[in-house]
Amino acid sequence: MANDVLVVAEHLAGKLTDTTFELLGKAVQLAGASGGQAVALLLGAPELAGELGAADLVITCDHPALAHFTAEAYEAAVAAVLAERQPRLVLLSTTTAGLDLAGSLSVAWDAPLVSYVVGLDADGDTVVATAQIYGGKMLAEVAVESVRTICAVTAGSFPAAAGRRDNPAAAVEAFAGPPSLDAVRSTFVELVEPDAGDVDITAADLLVSVGRGIGSRDNLELVEELAGALGAPLAASRPVTDLGWLPKTRQVGKSGLKVKPRAYLAFGISGAPEHLEGMSGAELIIACNTDARAPIFDVAHYGTTLDLFDLVPELSQQVGA
Amino acid sequence: MTAVRIVVALKQVPDLVEELEPSPEGTDVDREYITFVLNEFDDQALEEALLVKEATGAEVVVVALEDSDVDQTLYTALAKGADRAVKVTGAGASGGWLDTHSRAALLAAWLEGQDFDLLITGVQAPDDLDGQLPAIVAGRLGLPHASVVVSVEVKDGAARIRQEFSAGRSAVLEVPLPAVVGVQAARQAPRYAPISRIRQTMQAGGIEEVAVEAPPPASGFTIRRLYPPEKTSHAEMLTGSAGDVAARIVELLRAKGLVRA
Ligand SMILES: Cc1cc2nc3c(=O)[nH]c(=O)nc-3n(C[C@H](O)[C@H](O)[C@H](O)COP(=O)(O)OP(=O)(O)OC[C@H]3O[C@@H](n4cnc5c(N)ncnc54)[C@H](O)[C@@H]3O)c2cc1C
Repeated sequence: MANDVLVVAEHLAGKLTDTTFELLGKAVQLAGASGGQAVALLLGAPELAGELGAADLVITCDHPALAHFTAEAYEAAVAAVLAERQPRLVLLSTTTAGLDLAGSLSVAWDAPLVSYVVGLDADGDTVVATAQIYGGKMLAEVAVESVRTICAVTAGSFPAAAGRRDNPAAAVEAFAGPPSLDAVRSTFVELVEPDAGDVDITAADLLVSVGRGIGSRDNLELVEELAGALGAPLAASRPVTDLGWLPKTRQVGKSGLKVKPRAYLAFGISGAPEHLEGMSGAELIIACNTDARAPIFDVAHYGTTLDLFDLVPELSQQVGA
Repeated sequence: MTAVRIVVALKQVPDLVEELEPSPEGTDVDREYITFVLNEFDDQALEEALLVKEATGAEVVVVALEDSDVDQTLYTALAKGADRAVKVTGAGASGGWLDTHSRAALLAAWLEGQDFDLLITGVQAPDDLDGQLPAIVAGRLGLPHASVVVSVEVKDGAARIRQEFSAGRSAVLEVPLPAVVGVQAARQAPRYAPISRIRQTMQAGGIEEVAVEAPPPASGFTIRRLYPPEKTSHAEMLTGSAGDVAARIVELLRAKGLVRA
């Protein structure tokens, strides 16, 4: 109700996402401070409700159209719940579902939306959100004075532990799917799993990772040689796999893989938030980027602004290629 | 069957390669010296639209608000193969930072008078603060939509779309037209237009200008301040020659037992 904080839970292939718990932890904190309830909204997969025990209330909504994510079906269900419960604040993540849903919900529910939020507080009646903008090179502090606000939160901004509590006794309420769910026009065809068979970069102790700074496919040879000398697999940022220079299985980040090697060597990677999401947990990060202000240096332990074309051959030689 | 009509919305954004500084008021970036370039995700969206055109004979219309250096971008799109280019002028369409809800309102005002099957645009832009364009426009127009899309194929009045999730998973969806799609990456790298071709399109002119009346700014919030992130940590910078730096890196890896020799 008026002071409630509602989290739209996300699940993929039968599992709740980490971001769901990150949001839930934050919702519990904010709702507690304002005397409202932390509400988790679970669409499809009602069997996962027991894992959302950190919430004061879990609302489930099950309908054949919600078996898989489509923005249209999710929007129909979420909008119906929001219209009925009118929470103060709705939290989503800037995941695929969040990017697809937040904007249309803000229109449907007529609520201001702040995206790529990394900090969130309620200051009396004002919601104060800090959001990343310009690829993480700037932060914007935004004040929303509205009875309803939607925030789409960057993954990893809040600890997931605060949102993980098994509590089989949490109140669960089933919400009847609105009639609009019967009229959803988008249909799910199939889920495509990534190719198996390539090296598993999540299992490696050491990764040599390369970004757009490498310039061309031919130049990849240079880092391949270093990776070979170190006995480490080659990983990459998104543009490198989009261009087909390396297979998708090597992509680190938001839509790629999350890696936590003992050391991560980044060459020519700027450190966009979507990339950092996949590797900031590495034990040791060493970054090479000619731009001294590249955000990668904020997560790296060691850095150099040398040209990768000067450094990489030198490294290969010293490692004994 | 008549040809599918695709509208591709393009947007100019500050070039992130350059240094960005807060403006004197501290609520925007200083726009005086920055270069504006096409949002890279919009470039991907255009490429995907051109691939659909090649496969089906669709018509591709590019549209942009009147942002800095947008003419160059529109001419380049024509040179790459777009059939028409439209520049939306009017209240709020030029000048400083404009929130995405207002951009969506301006675009929707133009789109409402158009007959189109697909609106394709980038999944996001680096200066989005109040959400991403595809879902907001779709919400305004009441159309089905999908974002973070990596391929679009059009057949029999529907779009078959591949939507990407995390860890390399993706879903195939079928969405009836008209629909809105937010492209993350095209099936192939965006093509280049030869300079000579861009010059030709410039000489031929051909950007249609349309003025629209738009509702007032609609983000519903105020920006209190814009600032570079306070560094809670920063890498220790290794200096010296490539040889020196390489030696330090090898030492760091050796200390972790990650280099054998
Ligand atoms: C929904 C969504 C999901 C995404 N998922 C991912 C993801 O999973 N993984 C991912 O990586 N990105 C992802 N992205 C893309 C992300 O936003 C960035 O576009 C991307 O990470 C940038 O890659 P980059 O750092 O290689 O390229 P750029 O940002 O272009 O950086 C290249 C860098 O190389 C440096 N450089 C250039 N030449 C040299 C040289 N000679 N020596 C040294 N340095 C040099 C430059 O200074 C620059 O900083 C996603 C985006 C979206 C919208």
